[in-house]
Amino acid sequence: MIPPLDDFLVRALLGGLGIALVAGPLGCFVAWRRMAYFGDTLAHASLLGVALGFLLSVDPLVGILGTCAVVAVSVVLLQEQRRVATDTLLGLMSHSALALGLVVLGLLPGVRVDLSGLLFGDILSVSPSDLAWIWGGGAAVLAGLAWLWRPLLALTVHEEMARAEGIPTLRVRLVFTLLLAGVVAIAMKVVGILLITAMLILPAAAARPFSTTPERMALLAALAGAAAVGLGLWGSLALDTPAGPSVVVSALVLFLAGQAASLAGGRRGT
Amino acid sequence: MPEGAARRGELVRLDGVTVRFGGRPALSAINLDLHAAEVVTVIGPNGAGKSTLARVVLGLEAPEAGRVWRRPGLRIGYMPQRLVVDPVLPLPVGRLLTLTRRASAREVASVLDEVGAGHLVGRAVQTLSGGEMQRVMLARALVGGPDLLVLDEPAQNVDVVGQAELYDLVARFRRERGCGVLMISHDLHVVMAATDRVVCLHGHVCCSGAPEDVGRHPEYLALFGPAAASSLAVYAHAHGHRHTADGRVEPLDACGHDHSHDHSHAHEHPHDHSRAAPGTVQP
Repeated sequence: MIPPLDDFLVRALLGGLGIALVAGPLGCFVAWRRMAYFGDTLAHASLLGVALGFLLSVDPLVGILGTCAVVAVSVVLLQEQRRVATDTLLGLMSHSALALGLVVLGLLPGVRVDLSGLLFGDILSVSPSDLAWIWGGGAAVLAGLAWLWRPLLALTVHEEMARAEGIPTLRVRLVFTLLLAGVVAIAMKVVGILLITAMLILPAAAARPFSTTPERMALLAALAGAAAVGLGLWGSLALDTPAGPSVVVSALVLFLAGQAASLAGGRRGT
Repeated sequence: MPEGAARRGELVRLDGVTVRFGGRPALSAINLDLHAAEVVTVIGPNGAGKSTLARVVLGLEAPEAGRVWRRPGLRIGYMPQRLVVDPVLPLPVGRLLTLTRRASAREVASVLDEVGAGHLVGRAVQTLSGGEMQRVMLARALVGGPDLLVLDEPAQNVDVVGQAELYDLVARFRRERGCGVLMISHDLHVVMAATDRVVCLHGHVCCSGAPEDVGRHPEYLALFGPAAASSLAVYAHAHGHRHTADGRVEPLDACGHDHSHDHSHAHEHPHDHSRAAPGTVQP
């Protein structure tokens, strides 16, 4: 069966699901490695990417991907130097990139950018070519994550232990941040700069109470994210609310429901 | 580098290794060789560079001067001082054991059994007690059959009986698996039982050799004082099962071997069992 891609709602759903299935497992690592701020930094850098895309007249997605990759690698390498605390470094990168992006956009003559679309996403305008990016890029990121899974988990538990036992930790961290940059790039269209981190963190957090292994948490996070996309789009239609934020609110609702259920279950258990 | 190293079972060799932190030397001109089926224990006061030495052996710290040779393809099992797993990460014990190396469920179960932690396989690591965690970490280091075990203060947060059992396990791994062991410890007494060679470290190697010899060495005595030496001697006797008739080895008698007869002494001589510090006990 070929889905009717001419229907904007179907495209929105497919785009959202594609993001959710990738952001869930990757978001677990963001939660485990306490990298939420890093996700934010990449998201902010993607605005600069859009601006550079216009400046160099390349696809904004290429601009985002390139900028995020440069920022991701810089952060990891600067972390290695240990001259600046990580959160200082991220704050510096994050807001400088955002400001720089807005300045570059302002300097470009004759370019009018839908800033609200960049900040909050425009899931209802997802095009068939966006879908190709989302699913193609998403599949590549997931494949990369599957390949990286074991060493990345090992160094998440204890970095020096992993390194002593032969895992090339710097290379693994670099590849992981590049995967994260990839997700941010493809998710930006759907949920926007300000809400990308939510799509990484919230489904993972919602999955935690129901998970006994890391692998199960990744799977449940993907499903929770997909459910949030479905619920959010439906709610957005029913209540005439903005779609991207509705998806994030749905993820929040799932998280709260999960916390409540696990609290109630815990009380019943004792 | 060292010729015939593999033939002699040599695993790691440090030649004149010097490490500096901000200009201050942490290790100066250290020579150390580790062999298969040998337990080497590094002792020294706080700040002596014990952990730094372990990090050099593990390849986590690059020396400023000197050379580090590792046998090509050397498999290291590393038990860090502490392992705190964030509650956000759901991690059962069985999964912890296969973090860095693949292993079948059967191998995981058998390694856990070996350290007496078979019943913990499904438990979340965050719910383990200090002693359970220590055993599980030891099991984790053993998965995949390492050539060299590096144990950094393995008996921390473990009571005396647990410590003795832990060192017994280490001695057994050496015997049964033939792996080399590098142990870091500031525990001067119990650890000696399981040790072939002691390296006394204080920025440089003060002395090294068999536990009894190191215990008599002037540099060791200068570092730890005569009380430590006498307790070491007591321990050596205790381990040789030459208990004194009055049973006063008791405060050190926690090496986990078959010492049940000591407890009968305890009933005969209850007055001997004051809670004296080990250093004050006379053999």
